[in-house]
Amino acid sequence: MAKIIGLPKLSPTMEEGTLVAWIKKEGEKVEVDDVLAEVETDKATMEFRSFDRGVLLKILVPEGETLEPDVPVAIIGKAGEDIADLIAEAEAGRDAGAAAAAAPETAPETVSETVSETASETASETASVPATGAEIGELGATSGRVLSSPLVRRLARERSIDLRAVQGSGPRGRIVKRDIDSYEVEVAPSFASLGERLPPRVAKASSMRRTIARRLTESMQTIPHYYLTIDVDIAPLADARKAMNAELEAAGKKVSLNDLIIKAAAVALRRVPEVNASWMEKEIHFHQVVDISIAVAVDDGLMTPVLRDADRKGVSQIAEEVRNLAERARERKLQPEDMSNGTFSISNLGMFGIEEFTAVINPPEGAILAVGTIRSEPVVQDDAIVPGRRMRFTMSCDHRIIDGATGAKFMSAFKRIVESPSNMLL
Amino acid sequence: MLEEMERDERIFLMGEEVGHYQGAYKVSEGLLEKFGERRVIDTPIAEAGFAGVGIGAAMAGLRPIIEFMTWNFSFVAFDQIISNAAKVHQMSAGAIQVPIVFRGPNGAAKQVASQHSHSCAPFYTNIPGLYVIQPSTPRDAKGLLKSAIRSNNPVIFLEGETLYGVKGEVPDEGVEELIPIGLSSLARPGTDCTIVTWGRPYYTVLAAADKLEAEGISCEVIDPRTLRPLDTSLMVQSVKKTNRCVVVHEHWPYGGPGAEIVDRIQREAFDYLDAPVERVTGLDVPMPYALNLEDKVLPTEERVIDAVKRVAYAS
Repeated sequence: MAKIIGLPKLSPTMEEGTLVAWIKKEGEKVEVDDVLAEVETDKATMEFRSFDRGVLLKILVPEGETLEPDVPVAIIGKAGEDIADLIAEAEAGRDAGAAAAAAPETAPETVSETVSETASETASETASVPATGAEIGELGATSGRVLSSPLVRRLARERSIDLRAVQGSGPRGRIVKRDIDSYEVEVAPSFASLGERLPPRVAKASSMRRTIARRLTESMQTIPHYYLTIDVDIAPLADARKAMNAELEAAGKKVSLNDLIIKAAAVALRRVPEVNASWMEKEIHFHQVVDISIAVAVDDGLMTPVLRDADRKGVSQIAEEVRNLAERARERKLQPEDMSNGTFSISNLGMFGIEEFTAVINPPEGAILAVGTIRSEPVVQDDAIVPGRRMRFTMSCDHRIIDGATGAKFMSAFKRIVESPSNMLL
Repeated sequence: MLEEMERDERIFLMGEEVGHYQGAYKVSEGLLEKFGERRVIDTPIAEAGFAGVGIGAAMAGLRPIIEFMTWNFSFVAFDQIISNAAKVHQMSAGAIQVPIVFRGPNGAAKQVASQHSHSCAPFYTNIPGLYVIQPSTPRDAKGLLKSAIRSNNPVIFLEGETLYGVKGEVPDEGVEELIPIGLSSLARPGTDCTIVTWGRPYYTVLAAADKLEAEGISCEVIDPRTLRPLDTSLMVQSVKKTNRCVVVHEHWPYGGPGAEIVDRIQREAFDYLDAPVERVTGLDVPMPYALNLEDKVLPTEERVIDAVKRVAYAS
């Protein structure tokens, strides 16, 4: 019996998902646990795996569509089955919004239901499926491909243009050279076009962007933020880093100043555990682990993978794990568990020369530390002006759990550790 | 032919009406008088016979030029050309060469109807072992015919039946110009669309390009001149610049050098194409006798202009 497959809820917080790409094609054989498609959720691009075995008879949703969980996306059954009724049902289901169609949570039982033929039968039937011209035509019509000329695809690669945002003027909406050329002009208006009233370029907000918008708006609107800035002598930590790297060189390893700052903050959180806490409305959770969310800039957004037990790890291990997390973030390969349950955040814009800034708290965490750049400047020390290397840190605190004095206590502990790195060993 | 026959006495011309009548299109005018009946030989209407005699003579060390009164008549000699001329070199393990030129008028003339209007390039370009040349201009015809006669391999030389009257510059007397086999040429420079064409439609395309230029579409025209071996370097280079290509030819659309050129361009310039490569061909029907229909079957300026506008997305 063929059945309608709904979009599964791929993360506990997933309210909608974008069907990025179909991995299976219509007519292809599907085994339990085969990847059917890639779905972009609020957290990551995830694999949508099949709970069923059979043949993918029909793809109901083109690539690029954003849908709520349980909305019908495909029909799986035996090759050659009449699925006209199911298609009608699925369409009705889609129109009605999140339909009560076959909920995918019923996973294990459904396996046996659809497996009414042996594997070898499936194989032979599958082989005969894609043979008719009608099906080939149907595939073309239903696929949500971006049509573009080979030249345009090459230019888009070279110019880093996302073709989904470009309007095509060729046959069937094909994007041709003039479209991509005029697209660039719109994005970067030249002086020649001053005075021209160009309309805004309309780009669809990605599911990541919408998640960022929702969470940060919620944070700013509901959390009473306040900010503490402290200026720190960074020379001792920078020197410590130099010494460590000299030691690590033989092993081909390296630590960054940021890795040391993460470690210092983790140690400070151990010393002032009131800051390592979450406001849960009726309760306050004081965390017994120090899991630090690291803000990583990615194309078109921001991700916050979590470094677990930062207080208990050596700096070299921290360096390795942070590099790995950042890399996976940029490749969009992080899984939801890599980004959940942080207890404190660190955001660093020092590499852009930002002296200091305030960051938005990443709920339900209680605080976020914003890291500025190193400044070389004159410092008054023992009534003499000496060259100094300074860095400013600003912590945003949730006033519901962290009062000013508590926050200040943390900042001063943090400063003592940074200015005297051997403090970390205590 | 005259200059080459003066140069090398192993060269002789053989075919129907090439001697006393001086050629159906007067191509061999004066040759009999100059070289005599040993080197300018009138034959009976027996193409298979004199093609075979020519191949045998070439194998024996002479350098024959075999004229078909039209290429339509070569079909009865097809076996001699395919099975002997094109194969002997390989089958003798390189011991025997066949330095022969088969030449004559090719393609539609005017109201000679379906049996006598064949554009023969697809038949012969399909065969490894043959060179196939189809010149468009008087200068190319002269320079390529000289190279064909001097080639040690069998050459199919397709002359345009309607192009004998075309006047154009050729090198001055005494200046010898050999145009190498397998080298295309730039017939007209342009920037917006590459048109590959040869033979009779060459002139249709140049006229169409003038009209398109007036509308702001600049066409670059490439003439392959030799259809086998095919020189794609210039056309690919051009398509990389213009990003668009139309191939215009007289022969039928199914296969042949026209389709071969499209195949090479899509492979060698894939990442540079902004539109599918289009073709304007002789229509896929036997040639009608009626003049108004014949004009419609052959590639027209109008069809060339339409195709260029399609690939340029200009409506």
